Amino acid sequence: MSARIGVVTFPGSLDDGDAARAVRIAGGDAVGLWHADADLHGVDAVVLPGGFSYGDYLRGGAIARFAPVMETIAAAARGGLPVLGICNGFQILCEAHILPGALIRNQHMHFRARDQRLRIEAVQPVWTNAFNDSQEVVIPIKHGEGRYVADERTLDELEANGQVIARYLGGNPNGAQRDIAAISNAAGNVVGIMPHPEHAVDALTGPSTDGLGFFTSMLKFLAGAPGLAGSGGAGGSGRPAGAASTAPADQGAS
Amino acid sequence: MARVVVDVMLKPEILDPQGQAVANALPRLGVNDVTSVRIGRRIEIEFAGEPDLDRAREIADKLLANPVIEDFAVHVDAAGTVKPASDSQESQPAEAPA
Repeated sequence: MSARIGVVTFPGSLDDGDAARAVRIAGGDAVGLWHADADLHGVDAVVLPGGFSYGDYLRGGAIARFAPVMETIAAAARGGLPVLGICNGFQILCEAHILPGALIRNQHMHFRARDQRLRIEAVQPVWTNAFNDSQEVVIPIKHGEGRYVADERTLDELEANGQVIARYLGGNPNGAQRDIAAISNAAGNVVGIMPHPEHAVDALTGPSTDGLGFFTSMLKFLAGAPGLAGSGGAGGSGRPAGAASTAPADQGAS
Repeated sequence: MARVVVDVMLKPEILDPQGQAVANALPRLGVNDVTSVRIGRRIEIEFAGEPDLDRAREIADKLLANPVIEDFAVHVDAAGTVKPASDSQESQPAEAPA
């Protein structure tokens, strides 16, 4: 039995299928979560996928933030539940004030879809332990509102606390302040990333398999940290340590 | 009908590329004396009873505006009470007679 990773589907989510597939390729069990269902069904971590939740009406993520499932996720995230917000998921986390700052219209007004070079700036225990310090990776981006902004004090804090997880290399695609592509909360269990690691998990369909590292990192973290808060585990029997260690064996299957 | 208007604007320090694009288009109209255009959002809320500014402020703070990047202002729209009249006025100036 492997770790159970929830992938939320909102009305307008696009990448929930790919996110669930990335979880499976990494060796986890993907569990579909529904926006209108406040129950997290005992998952060990959550992925908020990309797309245009609720049509991105008002602002990206502004309405999704109030979905019943998000109220539960916000509380669980404060309790330490690992949460990865990708693209629209990043916007939702910022709108919910689980992550600082905001994502606004790309500076040049154009939608950008391309394979993007990034540098992993923080190797942290939950979401990036599979990477090397300052490792360069290639992960696709596709967004029109991905420009990360925050006030100078917040940006300085993010830098000082090692909460800048990844930066754009080879040209900033959206005008993000300090080339920021991904950040974490202070505790490190919540990460928001504008590029799409779930689209870079398979050599056949992605520019690289670099994105897989986020998912294997989280599974490794869960394997080493049983009894983590969030899912309110009723007993220790359900989560064998080493759940993620079988992951690489499955990789060739697809 | 009691209408409250919420005006949402990007904070002054946040770049507004949409406004810049509009400003850059103005010279094509022959307008050369505009130094800045910034685009915001006007939201009209109809309350069933009395207009409730405090409630409108709460709605604006929680949902209509993102206080990280936006400022907002609320006011009661007096014209909102005569909405049917103003609506029909707006629809009157139709096209030229066929």
